[in-house]
Amino acid sequence: MTVSVLYSILLLVSLGSIAAVLLYIISKKFYVYEDPLIPVVEDVLPAANCAGCGSPGCKAFAEKLVASEDISDLFCPVGGNDVMKQVAEILGKEVVEKDPTVAVVLCQGGCDVRPKTTEYQGPRSCAISSLIYGGETDCQYGCLGDGDCVNVCQFDAMYMDENTGLPVIITDKCTSCGICVEACPRDIIEMRPKNKRDLKIFVGCLNEDKGGIAKKACEVACIGCSKCEDICPKDAITMSDSLAYIDAELCTLCRKCVPVCPTHSIIETNFPPKKVKPPKKVKATKIEKSLKKVEAAKKVNSSEKNEVVKTNVDALKSKTDA
Amino acid sequence: MSTAPIIVSASPHVHSDRTSKKLMYDVVIALLPAFLVSLYIFGIGAFIVTAVAIISCIFFEYVIQKYLLKTDVTIGDGSALITGILLAFNLPSNLPIWMIIVGSLVAIGVAKSSFGGLGFNIFNPALVGRVFLLVSFPVQMTTWPTPLANRTIIVDAVSGATPLSIIKEGLLFGESMSDLSSKIPSYLDMFLGITGGSIGEMSVLALLMGGIYLILRRVISWHIPVMMLLSIGLVSGMFWLVNAEQYANPMIHLLSGGAVLGAFYMATDLVTSPMTKKGMIIFAIAIGIITVLIRIFGAYPEGVSFAIIIMNAFVPLINKYFKPRRFGAKVKSKIVT
Amino acid sequence: MLKTFPKGGIHPKENKITSSKTIQKMSIPKVVYVPIAQHIGVPAEIVVDRKDKVEIGQVIAKSGGYVSSNIHSPVAGTVTKLDKIVDSSGYKKQCIVIRTDQKNESNFENPDYPLKTEIELSKAEILDRVLDFGIVGLGGATFPSHVKLNVKEDNHIEFLLINGVECEPYLTADHRLMLEKADEIIVGIQILMHALHIPKAIIGIENNKKDAIKLLKKASAKDENISVAALQVKYPQGGEKQLIKAILKREVPKNGLPMDVGVIVHNVGTIFAIYEAVQYHKPLIERVVTVTGKKLTNPSNFWVKIGTPIKDLVEEVGGLPEGTRKLVNGGPMMGKAIKNTDIPVTKGTSGILIIPEDEATRGEPKNCIRCGECVYVCPMGLEPHLLMNLTEKGLYERVTNEDIMTCIECGSCSYVCPSHRPLLDYIRFGKSIVKKLETAKN
Repeated sequence: MTVSVLYSILLLVSLGSIAAVLLYIISKKFYVYEDPLIPVVEDVLPAANCAGCGSPGCKAFAEKLVASEDISDLFCPVGGNDVMKQVAEILGKEVVEKDPTVAVVLCQGGCDVRPKTTEYQGPRSCAISSLIYGGETDCQYGCLGDGDCVNVCQFDAMYMDENTGLPVIITDKCTSCGICVEACPRDIIEMRPKNKRDLKIFVGCLNEDKGGIAKKACEVACIGCSKCEDICPKDAITMSDSLAYIDAELCTLCRKCVPVCPTHSIIETNFPPKKVKPPKKVKATKIEKSLKKVEAAKKVNSSEKNEVVKTNVDALKSKTDA
Repeated sequence: MSTAPIIVSASPHVHSDRTSKKLMYDVVIALLPAFLVSLYIFGIGAFIVTAVAIISCIFFEYVIQKYLLKTDVTIGDGSALITGILLAFNLPSNLPIWMIIVGSLVAIGVAKSSFGGLGFNIFNPALVGRVFLLVSFPVQMTTWPTPLANRTIIVDAVSGATPLSIIKEGLLFGESMSDLSSKIPSYLDMFLGITGGSIGEMSVLALLMGGIYLILRRVISWHIPVMMLLSIGLVSGMFWLVNAEQYANPMIHLLSGGAVLGAFYMATDLVTSPMTKKGMIIFAIAIGIITVLIRIFGAYPEGVSFAIIIMNAFVPLINKYFKPRRFGAKVKSKIVT
Repeated sequence: MLKTFPKGGIHPKENKITSSKTIQKMSIPKVVYVPIAQHIGVPAEIVVDRKDKVEIGQVIAKSGGYVSSNIHSPVAGTVTKLDKIVDSSGYKKQCIVIRTDQKNESNFENPDYPLKTEIELSKAEILDRVLDFGIVGLGGATFPSHVKLNVKEDNHIEFLLINGVECEPYLTADHRLMLEKADEIIVGIQILMHALHIPKAIIGIENNKKDAIKLLKKASAKDENISVAALQVKYPQGGEKQLIKAILKREVPKNGLPMDVGVIVHNVGTIFAIYEAVQYHKPLIERVVTVTGKKLTNPSNFWVKIGTPIKDLVEEVGGLPEGTRKLVNGGPMMGKAIKNTDIPVTKGTSGILIIPEDEATRGEPKNCIRCGECVYVCPMGLEPHLLMNLTEKGLYERVTNEDIMTCIECGSCSYVCPSHRPLLDYIRFGKSIVKKLETAKN
């Protein structure tokens, strides 16, 4: 009995040793040299594997960073300037700081303002339905509402608003990786600069049709009237094909364009509400006196006098309104 | 334009009449003759086993889909119904009810839902349920009721056996085929169904009728049934020619043990069979070979269920290597005139 | 046993309800919207301006490249605007809008030209005519014909196959054309045979058009080099590759052209257009269109000027019936669903199908039951269920290896799927992505 036990132990020990030796030899023979900097850089990267940098994953990006002489073109949008600084320190190469950006859904024509004129039946994917025709509404440039962008976001930064049928971007979670921009077949999502209070001004429309046709399709469409272009003090707004576009680099967020748009197509986000000046007290009492006169005149029932007083009161009223 | 909006969709704008529901209900119709024969031969027991299997399969699919997986409930598509019927057809008519319920749970829960539901399962659910019961409760699963007896009452543990089990045991005890020939039913009895066995496997005539109906209705194609039966016949025939006393006649192999049931209804299950004709032929021939090998050399008298499940595992590989020929492939690039 | 192609194919209900209706002339449309992209290839370039007066047959847009075609004015009138109008692609495309001059007599001439059998032009002149007069494939593909006829010297063409199959349900435009213009079609075939030195021609016609088979056999009896082949009724027999396999048993190699097996295929409508262009200087400005649908009061076939809005056609057949839910430009298998009747008729419009409520909705897609029907019916030997699965998962390299680009988009797979899966939608999408990836690589 003990002999067989001894034999089994011996056999297993020798098998194990042979295996260990074999593994050692193989690991030495097939050793792949990896630059020791690569895992250090990879540690610093955010491990999102979102391909926002252009490489297929964080490891691949780390390899690219280590291998390239000049990394000033390379940027990780998820990690941002902080991560790139750390990479620069590790590798001793220079990086360029980039301003933070955030994804913005340009089309703001939701179900409530852009009615559906046909019914689409088929797979609910924007990329597929855009192959067939211009969409269920009469605007062939607008959001299709099937959520390809929401499905592809890996950071849970997007959701579909049920009432408007448009995608909504949660700016705090958006890492600006750019996947949603590519997923949209209509190029509706754009990267615009991100500032601390998340103030944004943009034209919420992509419709290139002439004004009348655009307005018929969607109530908040840009009709190409150029009023915003005229009023912009920094020439940040350009018109092409009946569509206005606000260049975010030139825009100073002065908000002059927002109220002049006749279709309320220009969107401003997160601005504090404008202050309304209270009317001066003196003028008000004058009006009160005139109004009392009108009341008295009415009782007397003289039609001519009423007309005159009425017109006076109307004139005064219109002055305070202006 | 009137109230409803114009519909826009991609082509084609017409559709054939075939729906998966129609296919399923055709299978149910094809199984009716066999069920009726079984009612005649085994009485109430057959009815109860079938009813319990069907109800528990549908019930489990409903519960799993609605409460566990929280997806759409699809019990109306007929697939759970068919799993129930086919599971019942593989059981003896005197099986205790709680075992049938356990078998249904394994068939639907393990073999179907856990793989992803209809269309995603690799193994035939009814066969998985049957094999599970066979392995877990071997005694009750191989205790067969006597045919044409005790039809109006429910009995269990009555002696009766299938032709294949008689042969297996007999050969084990050293008897030869000629000794056994008196104990097994005649060919005609086996063809009509007056023999022992599970509910569905006895009447070859009724099963053939249903199978031909399915082929005519283009629910299944002839490739799998014909090639499987041919293969069983040929392989068992080879053995029989070598030694007729040790190996059973191919007619016995073909007429008993659920070979016809397996060939027309179990191996042809759309989800778990190959998708090209060439693949189907290979699939069916392999099932036939494995069936005969298990019957002759294996511990079990019956081999069809195991053979089908083993080949189900190879179906993705068969689909990969037996692709249809592409139009224009392997042609000279220019015709030399 | 009649010939047919061996692999795949389906038998949808034929519904040829307009096959006995003679082709009628329509009232001249008040306005025509002529798109500049009516053919495969580069869109034509506009050569007229607003307020220009144009005559019938005048060139209003010139070919934009080699694979392109001229576009001619279908009416005499004035160009009112150059605007973007929604066409059958579902998107707004550049169109030339012409208001018909209701007083110009040339608009109301109905030239039913007498048969002219003598071929007076030389080979080069014939090919120039085809190029200049905007002839494109009228079977629906709209491939510029002069490109197809550009045969190099060493490429020996043995057969000219004429596609008179019209395998799509409901459509009868080609059938009526063969019945009413049989002799002209034979002359058209002879013109092409003369121009390209093709020794033999075979006209393929499906067996549900027995009168056309008989008539064309009679018309071609005098010419021993032209014969008629009656074919079994099967869809998609009208596909080039399937037709060549059915009639000649030759298989066009994968990613190859019919020229590789010594064959050129043309639709009967294209042949008739070539006949009129060569013998009578008539550019392609009108074509036969079938307007059909089960609930229409008077479905029929019409000679329609290019650019006529479909509204006008619908009026001719008695208006849009109550409960219409789908409008299809083309046949039910490969036609495009359009969103309203403002869309104009183009060179590729073979029919307008009006579908009522009960047939217009798609079934709800369910899980694939792996029945293999889609594989059995695919005429190109592909596996649609696999192509859809790979496209859904984004595995575009694998899907290219599974030969997705050889799909002819016939729709047989979606037609038979018992689970109503949108196979063709995904395959089309997969093809567009693979194409994009290919062009990005190059």
